[in-house]
Order: sequence, then C-alpha cells, then structure tokens
Amino acid sequence: MADTAIPPDTAPYAPGSGAARRPGRPPAPERPRRPRVRATAGTGRLAAILVSPTLLVLTIVVLYPTLMALDESLYGPKGLDPKTGFISNTEPFVGLKNYTDIFTQAGDRFWNAFWNTTFFTVVTVSLETLIGVAMALIMHRAFRGRAVVRASILVPWAIPTAISGLLWKWIFNADGIANVLLGHQVLWTADGFSAKIAVVIADVWKTAPFIGLLVLAGLQVIPKEVYEAARLDGASALQQFWRITLPLVKPALLVAVLFRCLDALRMFDLPYILIGAQKGSVETLSMLAQNEASNVRFGPASAYAVLLFLYVFLIALAFVRLLGADLIGGAGGTKKRKSHAVGVPRRRVREVTA
Amino acid sequence: MKTSTARAIQCSAALAAAGLLLTACGSSGGSGSGQSAQAAPVSFKGRGPITYVAGKDTTGTVQTIINRWNKAHPKEKVTFIQLPTDADSQRQQMIQNAETKSDAYTVLATDVVWTSEFAAHQWIEPLPANQFPLGKMLQPVVQTGQYRGKLYAVPASSNGGLLFYRTDLLKKAGVTQPPGTWAQMTADCAKVQKLPEAKNMSCYAGQFQKYEGLTVNFAEAVNSAGGQITDAGGKPDVDTPQAKKGLDFLVRSFKDKTIPKEAITYQEEDGRQAFQAGKLIFLRNWPYVYSLAQKSAIKGKFAVAPLPGLNGPGASSLGGSNLALSSFAKNKATALDFMKFFTSEESATYFLKNASLAPPYADLYDNASLDKQYPYLPDLKQSITKAVPRPRVVQYGDVTAAIQNEVYAALTGKKSSAQALKDLQTDLQKLTAQ
Repeated sequence: MADTAIPPDTAPYAPGSGAARRPGRPPAPERPRRPRVRATAGTGRLAAILVSPTLLVLTIVVLYPTLMALDESLYGPKGLDPKTGFISNTEPFVGLKNYTDIFTQAGDRFWNAFWNTTFFTVVTVSLETLIGVAMALIMHRAFRGRAVVRASILVPWAIPTAISGLLWKWIFNADGIANVLLGHQVLWTADGFSAKIAVVIADVWKTAPFIGLLVLAGLQVIPKEVYEAARLDGASALQQFWRITLPLVKPALLVAVLFRCLDALRMFDLPYILIGAQKGSVETLSMLAQNEASNVRFGPASAYAVLLFLYVFLIALAFVRLLGADLIGGAGGTKKRKSHAVGVPRRRVREVTA
Repeated sequence: MKTSTARAIQCSAALAAAGLLLTACGSSGGSGSGQSAQAAPVSFKGRGPITYVAGKDTTGTVQTIINRWNKAHPKEKVTFIQLPTDADSQRQQMIQNAETKSDAYTVLATDVVWTSEFAAHQWIEPLPANQFPLGKMLQPVVQTGQYRGKLYAVPASSNGGLLFYRTDLLKKAGVTQPPGTWAQMTADCAKVQKLPEAKNMSCYAGQFQKYEGLTVNFAEAVNSAGGQITDAGGKPDVDTPQAKKGLDFLVRSFKDKTIPKEAITYQEEDGRQAFQAGKLIFLRNWPYVYSLAQKSAIKGKFAVAPLPGLNGPGASSLGGSNLALSSFAKNKATALDFMKFFTSEESATYFLKNASLAPPYADLYDNASLDKQYPYLPDLKQSITKAVPRPRVVQYGDVTAAIQNEVYAALTGKKSSAQALKDLQTDLQKLTAQ
C-alpha cells in the first residue's frame, strides 16, 4: 500500500499544494522555517485519508471474515438432545479440538485430502508449466495462421471450470471417447488412481493456456537484438533458450506458476464435478471443508479452511522468499500486476464457494 | 520498507483467497430460535403473500398450479422461488436460509430423506396431522414426513423403483413372466443371452456410482432380502445374515458379470442410456425412464415390473418430495392453506397427468383412465406400498456417506461384504449414538 515515508525531494512542494486546496487559509508564514515537518505530516494525513476507504473495505471483506472463521473453528458441532429429539441451539466451545482432531479421529480423511491437494498441485503445475512454455514458444513464432493457433490454444482457458468438468466427464464416460481411443475400458470416474489421472488431464488441458498466455507476454518484451547478437556469436537454438529466453522470461513465468499453485491448492469444482463428492482418491481440502459445512459442522469446516489458508499462505511466502517471484517489485510495470494478484484469486474463490 | 509492504500485499491476496472460502463455511453458530420448547403445536397466524421454494420446475406444471391458487387468493399470493435442479444444492440453500433465520422461504419442497434433519434442527414446524388427508395416502409415503411420531412434512409426490425389462427378448427366449426373484432374473438372463441378438448384452444394472443412488440400490438389495438398515427404533441393524444376502447379490453379480463392470460408474442417466442402446436386458430405475424410453429405439420392446427380491418380490426405496413449513416464515396461516391446496388429490391428479409425477394418493393408481396413459401405474403402486424409507436419521448426510463408502468398497472388491457390513454397523452406531 502507499508508502507513508515521503521521499525527501517531494517534501517542499507538498504544503503548497495542500494549502492551496483549503480556501481561506493564508499561505503558511513560517514555511521557510519548518517546511519539512509540516509537509510530511500534511501529506501523510492526506495519504491516510485517501487510503482509508481501501483499508476499510479490506477490513470488511478480508479481515472480518477471516477472524470470524478463526473464531468459528473453535466451536464444535451442535449436539442432539436425546429426550426432545432436537439439536441444541448453541455450538459448544471446543478450543483447538477441531485442529488436534486431524492427528486423531478425523486424521485419515484430512491427511488424505491434504496429500491429494499436494499431489494435484505438484503434478498439474509441473505439467502445465512445461506445456504452457511450449505453447508460448509456438504462439510467439511468426507463421501463417498464428492468430488461429493462438485463439484455439486459449479456448480451454475461456471455458468455465464447471463446464469443462462436465465436458471431461462425458469424455471419460465408460463408453466415452477416451476409452474408444484407448481401445480399452478404463473406469475413469470410479474411485481410484485413474480418477486422479482424469483430474490431472482435465486440469492441465484447462490451465496450461494460462501459463502459455503469461509467458507469451513475457516473451514479447524480449528485444530481438539480444537474439541477433547471440546468433552472431554462434549460439545454438538450445543455448539461446537456456541462456536468454528462460532467464528473461523468468519473472513472468514465476508469477504464472505462483498463480497456478495457489489455484491448484484450492481446487474444488473440477474433481467435484468430474469425479464426484466423497471420492477418497480425489478429495481435496476445499472439498473436505465444503462437505463438512454441508453436513452442518461449521467448526471443523472452518478449521480445515483455516489450515488450507495457512498452507496457501506458506506456499506463496516460499515463492516470494526463495524463488524471488517479483510480484510486488518496485518497477511501475509490476505494480500493475500486483493489483491483479489481489483480484484474481479472490474472484476464483468466489466461484469455488458459489 | 518495501519488503514488508510486499509481504502485506501478499498476505492480503492470500487472505482474500482463503478468506472468502471461509465466509462460505463461517455461518456462525449463534443463538437458537428462541427455543420453541417441545415443539408445542404452532398456532398458524398471519395471512399475506408467501413463497414456495423448490428445485427448478422442468415441466412447467408447478407455476400453473400456483397461478390457480393466486387467482383464487389475490391477497395471499404465492411466489415460486426456483432453486437448482440437484438436491444437494437445494438442501444447502434451505439450510443457509434457516441458519440466517431468514423469512424469505415459506413453504419448502423437501426431499423425503431430509425430514429428520430439518425437524431436529427446528428449521421446520410440526404440522397439524388431522388437517391433511393422510389416511388416503400410501402409508410408506406418509412415514417419510414424520419425525418422532409428529408430522413435519406432507407428501406432495412419491416415487418408487421399477424393473424395466426387454419384452421382445424375453419372449423370444421363451420367458413369459417378468422375474419375481433375483435367481429367476439371472436364469432368464442366461436364456436370453443365448439368443444371437443378445450376444453382447449384459444382464442387469442399477445405480452404483458412489452417490445417493448407491445408498438407494443398497437399501433395496438389503430390504429385498429381508434385512434392514435401521430398525423400528432407528438403531442400526445392518450386520445381519439377511443384509449380507442382499449385499452379496450385488457383489456376486459384479463378479460374475451379471452386472457389467462399468455399472460401477452408472447414475440414473447412464443406466437409462445403456438400456435404450440395447446393452441391458434388465434395468432398475425410476418411472421417469418410461416415457423417455418410449421415444427411443426400444419403443414398444420393453415393459416394467416390480423389483425382484431374494425369495419373492423385492422392496423399493422411496423417492419423492414433501412440503414443509419454514419455522422462520411469516403468514403461516396462508402457508398451511396453500400446503393443503398443493398436496390435495386434485393437484396430485394434475401433476400425474401433466408431469407424470407419482401421486401419494392410493386411489389414483387404480383409476382406469390414468392407467391407460401410464401403464406402469399398478406396478408403481405395488412398488411404493412395499417400499421402505431410507434410514430416518438426523445425520442423514453422514449416514449415506458411510453407506456409500462401505458398499462401494465391497462392490469394488476392496472389502468382503461381511467386513463392509461389520464396519458399516460400527460407523452407523457412532453416527446415531449422540
């Protein structure tokens, strides 16, 4: 958010402009004596006023629900009174029990969901990165019909996940086209390892174009001269790719991979629609939380969602720290991406919970 | 400075991501509905506009009936709120409405298996049983609206499983009667499969994908073998020789390919399509298949019969929907009148004629002119009168999930049927203990 520390060189101008906006105020007479202190305070106040609506909105839409969820996760499910046959009106306070339960009774299902989530994230994002970069390289080439290729590569990304889930469900049907092509009947939508594969295929199909798109944007800002120089120096195509393309496209690629990771960690609709609820082989943390909530156990549901949030947060942090994903870098260009970074995942989650 | 700002933004992005997910679950467990004590008979007060909440009406008949009401009661208009078609999201929206104590929903169209859960949470009101013609309705259907002996929901429509079979093939193979038992069905299959035109056909399928349909099919197998999932007092009773015979029928049929192996992925529509494509000789499904199959390639080549069982006719699970009254609604006097109107025999006849919805009223099944339009009605009546409701438990969502888990493990060969039933009994005991 806006830096409140004002670079020194802007200070002298600030009070003038601030004062000019307030009619009836004579220009400060002591201006020559203590310009810096007043200037900073005035601009700081203005900055605070300008930023406060944003902070307020963020508090309402981000902080409040998060704190509510944290609070909710400390309560257990309502009990049934065997005498009246009615569920009690209040939820009992159970402290951290919903969290410690993952090491005892609810453990199997939670850890299964946790490993599924991790598996999907690692496998799909790796494949998508490879395929996405390849797609970007193809789209970047100048050739006849490039527009058609670009458009067709983007089609999967344009289809809503729920729809592509249905589409692939049809493809992976027992008599579907996938089995016809294989010439062998695989029961993709039954619970088992093949279901995992089906989800991976559908997800890679859908989101590799996203990585392709972001990498393509990165490719297009690499100046042609760099390649010309490399060619003159006798660098092979492979060398050019490793030494020039990849390092220069790395910032864009890292952002794309980070987004995909965060998305994959929250995966819900694709396995839910393609394979179905309560299938152990594809149940993710989001699905588990949703399932608990739909069985009116909001406490454990919130606990799982909080754990998922922490997991997502750690992965994001690791990206920024270890890999140096320049999401919030100082340059003006990346600033634009930053606002994107806040917006995109939020919208996606709404889709998920809808 | 920069890095900490950077981190703050990263935080808020991740927070936004997870935060909104949380909000969805984070409906707080606040105080209750002012404790309506022991569900003392509610006085139904207030007249005025109300809402009727149900899944999307694909037949267009619901609005017609509501229009009829609105014309007669201009001051007590009913607005139809349509929810998504699948039962899970309908249930979820109704629960959300109840958890926020909103008065947006008045009369709810509930699935027959939700009554206990909704009643135990006091999301719906107990109803005056003497004001509805329950005596004229089929008794298994009426039972689905009861919780602890009180009426919480009035039957609006019913549904029962039927056995669809290929008359042309059975006739060719010299079988004149539809099978009454599982053994007969397998024997008939063997005869039919000897015919050249039935060379690549499988014998039988139901709904065995891991979803609610599996619970229905398992319950039917157990009930048709003389077993039960829960006893009269609601206690689990599934670890019995009878229940094992029922589950064994399904497990064995998968093993010897009486049921094709892809049927483990079948929901209603998959089975219907396989039957219409001539891949199945027998199919267990709901009556809706009848009119669709009449428009397909097997038109006139099939008929329906009651479900077969172990030693005689089997027992179906009950489907259908009931009307319940939201505890948080206004104008409950109007709501009660509307429920009487909507569940009346006259409305049920209209729904049967125009939307082929199975009525809860017994005598409609014996009406000759309706039987002409729907030749399956006598069989459906038999199916429904012999039907057994699925377990009537508060935690139905968990109970059906446990059933699906264990039965699926047995069908896919991961567990023996004895072990699956033993584990299921343990699971169900935990879930119904409380």
